[in-house]
Amino acid sequence: MTDETAKQTKQTELSERLAVLKKNKAFIVGASILAFWIFSAIFGKLIARYDQDFMDYESINSAPSLKYWFGTDSNGRDVFSRVIVGSRIIMVISFLATLLGAFVGASLGLTAGYLKGKYDMILMRILEAISAIPVIIIALLAVAAIGQSSPIITILIIGFIFTPNVARTVRAAVLGESELEYVAAAKLRTEKTLHILFREVLPNVLPTLIVEFTVRLGYAIFAVATLSFLGAGLEAGSPDWGTQVADTWTLIFTNVWWPTLFPSLAIASVAVSINLISDALLEVFEL
Amino acid sequence: MSTINTPTLELRGLEVAYTVRGIDRQVLRGVSFSIAPGEAYGLVGESGCGKSTAAFAAMRYLPRNGKITAGEIFFEGKNIVDIAEEDVAQLRRSAISMVYQNPATALNPTIRIGKQIAEVFALSGASKSDAMAMAQDALTKVQISDPAKVMRRYAHQLSGGMAQRVVIAMALASNPRLLVMDEPTTGLDATVEAEVLDLVRDLRRDTGTAVLFISHNLGVIRNMCDRVGVLYAGALVEQGATADLFDNPSHPYTVGLLRCIPRGGLHKSAERLDTIPGTPPALGTHFDGCVFSARCALVEDKCRTVQPQMVNISDSHVARCFHSDKAIAIPHSIEKIEIKSTSKEHSAIVGESLLNVSHLSKVFTQDGHQVRVVNDVSLTLGVGETLGLVGESGSGKTTIAKLILGLVAPEDGGIITLDGKGLAKTLNRRDVQDVGAMQIVFQNPDQALNRRHSVTRIVSRAVERLRGFNVSDALDRAHELLLGMRVEATLHSARPVQLSGGLKQRVAIARAFAGAPQLVVCDEPTSALDVSVQAAILNLLVDLQKQDGTSFIFISHDLGVVRYISDKIAVLYLGRVVEFGESNQVFQGPHHPYTEALLSSVPNIDGSSRKRIPLTGVVPNPSNPPTGCVLHPRCPRMTGSGVEHLCTSTEPALNEVEPGHFMRCHIPLDQLRKVQTQ
Repeated sequence: MTDETAKQTKQTELSERLAVLKKNKAFIVGASILAFWIFSAIFGKLIARYDQDFMDYESINSAPSLKYWFGTDSNGRDVFSRVIVGSRIIMVISFLATLLGAFVGASLGLTAGYLKGKYDMILMRILEAISAIPVIIIALLAVAAIGQSSPIITILIIGFIFTPNVARTVRAAVLGESELEYVAAAKLRTEKTLHILFREVLPNVLPTLIVEFTVRLGYAIFAVATLSFLGAGLEAGSPDWGTQVADTWTLIFTNVWWPTLFPSLAIASVAVSINLISDALLEVFEL
Repeated sequence: MSTINTPTLELRGLEVAYTVRGIDRQVLRGVSFSIAPGEAYGLVGESGCGKSTAAFAAMRYLPRNGKITAGEIFFEGKNIVDIAEEDVAQLRRSAISMVYQNPATALNPTIRIGKQIAEVFALSGASKSDAMAMAQDALTKVQISDPAKVMRRYAHQLSGGMAQRVVIAMALASNPRLLVMDEPTTGLDATVEAEVLDLVRDLRRDTGTAVLFISHNLGVIRNMCDRVGVLYAGALVEQGATADLFDNPSHPYTVGLLRCIPRGGLHKSAERLDTIPGTPPALGTHFDGCVFSARCALVEDKCRTVQPQMVNISDSHVARCFHSDKAIAIPHSIEKIEIKSTSKEHSAIVGESLLNVSHLSKVFTQDGHQVRVVNDVSLTLGVGETLGLVGESGSGKTTIAKLILGLVAPEDGGIITLDGKGLAKTLNRRDVQDVGAMQIVFQNPDQALNRRHSVTRIVSRAVERLRGFNVSDALDRAHELLLGMRVEATLHSARPVQLSGGLKQRVAIARAFAGAPQLVVCDEPTSALDVSVQAAILNLLVDLQKQDGTSFIFISHDLGVVRYISDKIAVLYLGRVVEFGESNQVFQGPHHPYTEALLSSVPNIDGSSRKRIPLTGVVPNPSNPPTGCVLHPRCPRMTGSGVEHLCTSTEPALNEVEPGHFMRCHIPLDQLRKVQTQ
């Protein structure tokens, strides 16, 4: 060696950051809660103490006890089992909806930020118009127009609603990236625009996209629950958390609070855990 | 108040550590120095050696993850290491001020300049109207013309030099006894830098303020400071009176630093530059012995195990080295023998015309104004030659490079021919051969290399596209190219972020050479690098040129570097070529008055003083250039030339004033020669 060698320190940077992440309390709490719910979503039937649809007519609206940890609802179904099993539906729908929104939003944001000009202006005005309409109204209109509700429609609606936010975030990141000289360098080796977009620019905005994805995922949990609660999501009787709250909330006035409280807590815990994780990621990776 | 014997600032065995990702990393290792009242003390060293940390620590202004782990800081005899935050704040209000590198970010963009300066006076108890009056006085003191007008402006409406004057005015507002200046002129053009340095020198004489001056630029330090300290890896390795230290450097690191710099009119044809082998240690590395032992040519076993103490070289000069007597004669790290061209056929055609650019212009539309950033530029460059482009920022250097490369389309009428073949205006209309024939090395490799791609991929992809190689042949060629640039095979799979600045630039050079180019544009390729790395990169470029007969267009604000590497020089002002000729002709003169001013503004590292030819005023707005010769409002040689009427009315043509030497000036050459040799 005559002059420079690589900086050894930078090679260990990622592992050092991960080590810091592992010590981050917010991350530990968030990841533990989320891990529990992911486990429930996959192996829920094993944890559940009863079948989620089993009705115990002997004990309707019974308070939490050793037999029914979270009590039972007005149909005598075990609230604990329904919360556990219900995790799968809400988590899968939220995840797919966010994925859809992130995919479409990222594609639009990439092209808008790179091509700029008229295309960018028209596209962004349309996306702004969409995000100006209240979420609930879009959802209710969509359900009314289609005439039914199903998991697929919930995914499409939430994905559609998220698209403008993701597109705007990605576009902002791409605007900065496309000014950098590696893009000029790519042009100077005769690369096509698509290659520059997806092979050169996209990898560099990926961290931004991942953080946006986790933030959206947190919102998606709420959105799915809200849509179900309003009857615009899944069918009544489904064990998903939003529907459970919708089916049982009137019971609160008769002091039967448990069938509503536990699924609500479940919703809150997932949303909070995802937010804790995305906060920790933002902090540790200094995004 | 201090007595005459109490230093304004004294650091004793100061140690500072930064907590990075949970681990404490030592940044300063027992740094001790003192600054007497009215004295200017310079700290030099390469990036990451702890210069700024020492300054911040002295002001008790470390970032949140930084802490003083040992040592003492005395301000006017009082230890301020443990004093309360309020007392520190009081010191900063009344006794210590700081000027930062980037004036644009040091000023608040939302508050008018006048109000910002007045705030400092209001803080020390002046009434609102008094404070405004004092602010105006402060601006007058830093030689701002029409201060009343500047008071009403916002930061973004000021040029870099003006903004730095405003920052200095604010720093001086509290009548500080210590002024800390951290690279105060680094982002500024040479002519502006010279003005700001003159100002600081004058103010120091008038106010008697002690100054801690930090710079990586040894020429600036030599011209500004009474005493100098050299930092390496957080340790002070040498300290002395400026002339002593520069003329008789006694630590191998100082010797190496001084040798890396092309100076005294050195040219690539004469000798290669010396470099300092190895790289600075990573942050927080532990040393048993001398911090420099890993890179030192004089190293012995003792150096690795025992920490050397400061040795007296003279009354005012100390060095931390066991071999301080041998340092000045340290062996050169680079063979001084000139590398001969490996292929005969290349050398045979060196000088034959390669690039011809004629009547190149570019007009940008900015806020509805037509801005002519490049105006009727014509240049020629031969095979195997280097054309240096010099001029202040905004003179159109980079735009010309982009026009030639086809990244920006020139206006109609501009013609670019390479090897006799006319080129299309824009990149996407040029064929692969033409694109590969002209490549660029950018200033900032962090932005020029895609940080998500491996080193190999960055180079091999360029080989694939430009040479039409298949993937595996391209990979082979990429490895070959990288090894040729002395990037070791173990680093080929690394990402750019894992490489040091110099290695990144080597990768960028490998990429530029992927298409076997005839011409490579180097746009400030070494200005982001430390001097020792700069020397290695310049050596590499010169070697490549000798091997392959590649031509370079070399853009740099560092005239020493441009002079070293260039065969021809074009001096640009306001998008026009004002002087063009052989490197020797341009540098030895007679010069165009603008070139003369530019050359005289470079701080001289050899300590010889020379008369500075100042350019008055600021660079005019290119959307509304002056009538006649565009330089005439600032020209140092117009008055008394006898041709003033021509200068103010007619734009001079680019005339051949002697064979191969072109100048855009009405003043006859002999007259210029006469005034310039006086």
